[in-house]
Amino acid sequence: MATQTYVGTRTIRPDGLDKVTGRARFGADFNLPGQLIGRVLRSPHPHARIVSIDTSRAEALPGVKALITRDDFADQSSEFIPAGEMMMNYKDVVRNVMAREKVLYEGHAVAAVAATSVAIARRALKLIDVTYEVLPHVIDVVEAMRPDAPLLHDDLFTVGVEPKPDKPSNVAKRFEIALGDIGAGFKKADVIVERDFKTAPVHQGYIEPHAALASVSEDGSTELWCTTQGHYIVRAHCARLLGLDIGRIRVTATEIGGGFGGKTVVYLEPLAIALSRKAKRPVKMVMSREEVFKASGPTSGATVHVKMGATKDGKFVAGYAELKYQAGAFQGSPMQPGVMCAYAPYDIENVKVIGYDVVSNRPKVAAYRAPGAPISEYAVESVVDEIAKKLGIDPIDIRMQNAAHEGTKAAYGPTFGPIGLEDTLNAVKKTEHWNTPLRKWQGRGVASGFWFNIGGETSASLTVNEDGSVSLMAGTPDIGGLRASLAMVAADELGIPYDKVLPIIGDTGSLGFNFLTGGSRSAFSGSMAIVEAAKEIKADVCARARKLWELEPGQVEFSGGHVRALGAAADTHTPMSIADFAKIAGKTGGPIGGYGRINAQGAGPSFGTHLVDLEVDPETGRVTILRYTVAQDAGKALHPAYVEGQFQGGAVQGIGWALNEEYIYGDDGKLQNPGFLDYRMPVASDVPKIDAIVVEVPNPKHPYGVRGVGETPIIPPLGAIANAMENATGIRFTELPMSPPKVLKALKERGLNKV
Amino acid sequence: MAKHHVEATVNGDAVEFLCETEETLLDVLRDTLQLTGSKEGCGSGDCGACSVTLDGRLVCSCLVLGCEVGGQRIETIEGMAKGEALHPLQQRFLEHAALQCGICTPGFLVASKALLEKTPNPTETEIRYWLAGNLCRCTGYDKIVSAVQDAAAAMRKG
Repeated sequence: MATQTYVGTRTIRPDGLDKVTGRARFGADFNLPGQLIGRVLRSPHPHARIVSIDTSRAEALPGVKALITRDDFADQSSEFIPAGEMMMNYKDVVRNVMAREKVLYEGHAVAAVAATSVAIARRALKLIDVTYEVLPHVIDVVEAMRPDAPLLHDDLFTVGVEPKPDKPSNVAKRFEIALGDIGAGFKKADVIVERDFKTAPVHQGYIEPHAALASVSEDGSTELWCTTQGHYIVRAHCARLLGLDIGRIRVTATEIGGGFGGKTVVYLEPLAIALSRKAKRPVKMVMSREEVFKASGPTSGATVHVKMGATKDGKFVAGYAELKYQAGAFQGSPMQPGVMCAYAPYDIENVKVIGYDVVSNRPKVAAYRAPGAPISEYAVESVVDEIAKKLGIDPIDIRMQNAAHEGTKAAYGPTFGPIGLEDTLNAVKKTEHWNTPLRKWQGRGVASGFWFNIGGETSASLTVNEDGSVSLMAGTPDIGGLRASLAMVAADELGIPYDKVLPIIGDTGSLGFNFLTGGSRSAFSGSMAIVEAAKEIKADVCARARKLWELEPGQVEFSGGHVRALGAAADTHTPMSIADFAKIAGKTGGPIGGYGRINAQGAGPSFGTHLVDLEVDPETGRVTILRYTVAQDAGKALHPAYVEGQFQGGAVQGIGWALNEEYIYGDDGKLQNPGFLDYRMPVASDVPKIDAIVVEVPNPKHPYGVRGVGETPIIPPLGAIANAMENATGIRFTELPMSPPKVLKALKERGLNKV
Repeated sequence: MAKHHVEATVNGDAVEFLCETEETLLDVLRDTLQLTGSKEGCGSGDCGACSVTLDGRLVCSCLVLGCEVGGQRIETIEGMAKGEALHPLQQRFLEHAALQCGICTPGFLVASKALLEKTPNPTETEIRYWLAGNLCRCTGYDKIVSAVQDAAAAMRKG
């Protein structure tokens, strides 16, 4: 491994200056000459058949240049493809971007218009006449599973049950994993705890709404600028949905104002291209916040049943769970990862987890940071705490006693290599935080979390410039410090100063395929690709040196940023740096550069443990987070400050999920809180400082030991806060969010609401 | 209806623009004056990404109409650095890694500057409540608060 001068330090990010001066260009900041403004007409009904769409009045409005409906999209066959950590089906995607036979949720796109001004576009939407046949709707997941529930899709038959059902239903899939013998496991148990949990759907809450700018020329060449977690994926989806050649579409990822999984799918992008293709002018589209809430992916709400057994000395012997996840209007909730993650933190011989993927009249869910895992792990972590309490065992000790470790066979399949769960538990137990006394109405909670992490297809390049500086190109959007992390790796690999590495995010025409930013994969896979690209450069300059110095292979090596002659030849040849070769590149064979093209394997799983103190106000039911500590295994923190930032940000998103955030529907099936005032995300005054402990158990499959870090931090807060609530009030809350009305109601029922 | 003719100053420069009645100051800044540093996260005054100052007062520019700002002094993120010198807050945000995606950063910087001009030595609680009108979904606010505290200390030393 190269000398680590920069890796592991807190460098200033290369894109930072643009981001503190307002210069950085995000999705809505791009404009083209002659551009039109696109707007979407959305369904006012949660469920209705589209009888007819008459666009004639709108099209006749002066200034309207293009109008699209379902008629502008060819139907797609049913085919499942990976989309980040989730699966999607083009038959559903084409219906989600533009409703066909039916509208399936309030906010479902029905038509879109491009006009010369915002005002004209808005007026045109009012002139589109849509006739609906309103149908009964269903919002709740349990109600949607009933045999008499309104049916969303006539052709949806549950997969994964025997015999194959003869009638369609809203249950898309049943999925099960099992290890050992669950029945025998419970027979060994001295204590069994069984509980039902419910969680509300929550939105990723990125501050930047979706935005796209498309320009299609007369010959079909297409350029697209959009805010996305994966511009190659956007290109593939748009090509498929619009019948275009992939090679004729160039997609540039703008700076991205948060995604958290929500920007792994397409909404506006195919519409903007379709409108531009019709109008032969650039079309810009930006969602309002209300559209973001109503029409882009939240994650599932769910019901979870957990039953766990342990021996009296605290050994977990059986873990059973049943998960029912909302998918939204189309199948494809993160139920499957939820099933696989539920018991992954623990070494248990007998496990069985069953999951159901259920459609209802809500926006189609999208990935959200460790999709599916926070829900199932919250339920298990709550029950783990109850078992500890029943047995009189310290909650950290019982987790330590049962923690997965190197060699543990996980119920979802693999046997773990070196992992850091025990280290995070130890780290938390040693904190002053854990050992500080609490007062009445205050409670402390602990919970652990697990996420797989992924690798995947990645391309990156390094180009040596004439002055010895190096241009670095990556193909996954920089969503929170990627350029800095990759630039540090490149600088260390090549032995050049960090500020001589100039990173950019390439468009789809500039680099080979890159899978999207998701699964905590970008710094992990990107740095592996950069190491490969640097290897090419080092081999190349070594070959050039051999020619110059007339030496044999084996008589030169690259070390400490220089090509050096070895042995006796070392005395007669001055070591040469990359910059030295840059000066004579033309004379020694031409431009110097390297390319990394990999399908990154060996993403090390990530474990974390969180500790929270909170206080409950018995008069109002409000919960205040007093203190918070995160410990997580990063493998190796390339940039410790941005790793801490992932821990802190994930923890606060989890706090929001646990305490306040939820989609609230009326009986009419309409979302009642599609704005930041009523969809209450944590603000600065809601949270304390978040202490971040970076544990480093190196991932043996990565040249620097890196593990993905982005997703695990959102998992433990839900359970940790529920456990702290129990310690503060004596009440086991089993429903999220634990918002003031619910807390107050629970306190009142027990006569505890007096100070 | 005829557009409104408005004269004001933005970051010290005289500007003159025409706007429709319903256009917000944020629309004017971003679309008419091409100052896209102020961001629209919600359009309803809940996220603070469009924060600017109007005659020194911190406002959400999405809640101000373009036709209301005649004769007023508007300061945006684009005016925060002076020549090559970053404002101490900008410098501390970089040093503390107080931004991840960066979309909320202009709003936080403008709001923090307004705080420190009024309150040079704020407590952590004062910083958190002052910035409660600015949403950040990435950082958990920890490093933002540290950066503001550090910048305040640097500015007090001069």
